[in-house]
Amino acid sequence: MNAPVEAYIIVAAILFFIGVVGVIARRNPLIQLMSIELLFNSANLALVTFARSWANNAGHIFAFLVITVAAAEAAIGLAIVVIVFRKTTFVDVDEVATLKG
Amino acid sequence: MIAFIALSLVMIASALFTVTAKKPVYSVVGLLVNFIALAITYLTLHAEFLAVIQIVVYSGAILILFVFVIALLSSGTKPFEPGPNRMPRVLAPALLFGVIGFVAIAIAISKTVFTPAAIVGATGDANVFGSVADFGTALFTTNLLPFEVTAFVLMVAIIGVVLLAGDEAPGRRAPKRIAREPISPPRERIAP
Repeated sequence: MNAPVEAYIIVAAILFFIGVVGVIARRNPLIQLMSIELLFNSANLALVTFARSWANNAGHIFAFLVITVAAAEAAIGLAIVVIVFRKTTFVDVDEVATLKG
Repeated sequence: MIAFIALSLVMIASALFTVTAKKPVYSVVGLLVNFIALAITYLTLHAEFLAVIQIVVYSGAILILFVFVIALLSSGTKPFEPGPNRMPRVLAPALLFGVIGFVAIAIAISKTVFTPAAIVGATGDANVFGSVADFGTALFTTNLLPFEVTAFVLMVAIIGVVLLAGDEAPGRRAPKRIAREPISPPRERIAP
């Protein structure tokens, strides 16, 4: 391990909160979805760091599951963006305030 | 240590670029740089298989999906015009919560003592911690049930996407909408 565990966790936390700011502050749904990917990745970085720290495989398995869930989330989120865009022209998630199909 | 500092600077800079970019395509480019730097970071942490998966699944599949959707939304008859900029109004609370959470994590880390375990063997050797053989053994013996559940989750996602965004296929029934139209004419959509 060429850097202390704390350094990796700090980097993961910084990436996580950059992603949080992106989800809250940006109103473009695509950029929000990308910020959510940032959140997943920072969590994965923390998991892999702890797996290395304890030399235990479970963190890798968790990160693998997170990656598959992230893939499913991205696919469904983008499908929702496409279907909403088909019905209305929106670039701002605040304007999508109805659940009616 | 130098590699870690360089990689983390690249990751943070590309993440900031992703979040602040004007157009989604620029965000995709920033995210690509972020993912590749993260994959190299995984290699420094003895997670070889995850490094490969990171590049194949994230950079290869998910980002291409984003690019396709951006191209699809931008190329239609409707222009993809920028909306009103609400960034200044929400930036202060977002930063506030971000800083609070970050300080909480930093305090928690500073109160914990980490003693990294020693690993025999180098990255790239067979059967060392984090190698593909090691990962595969753990995935298919101890964690077989989570692996199966993952397959189910992916199948549900595929069916959901097809149901949501799929075409109005000929097999798909839509009689209710046709029957209802003469009774109640569609209301005018309220302009946003």
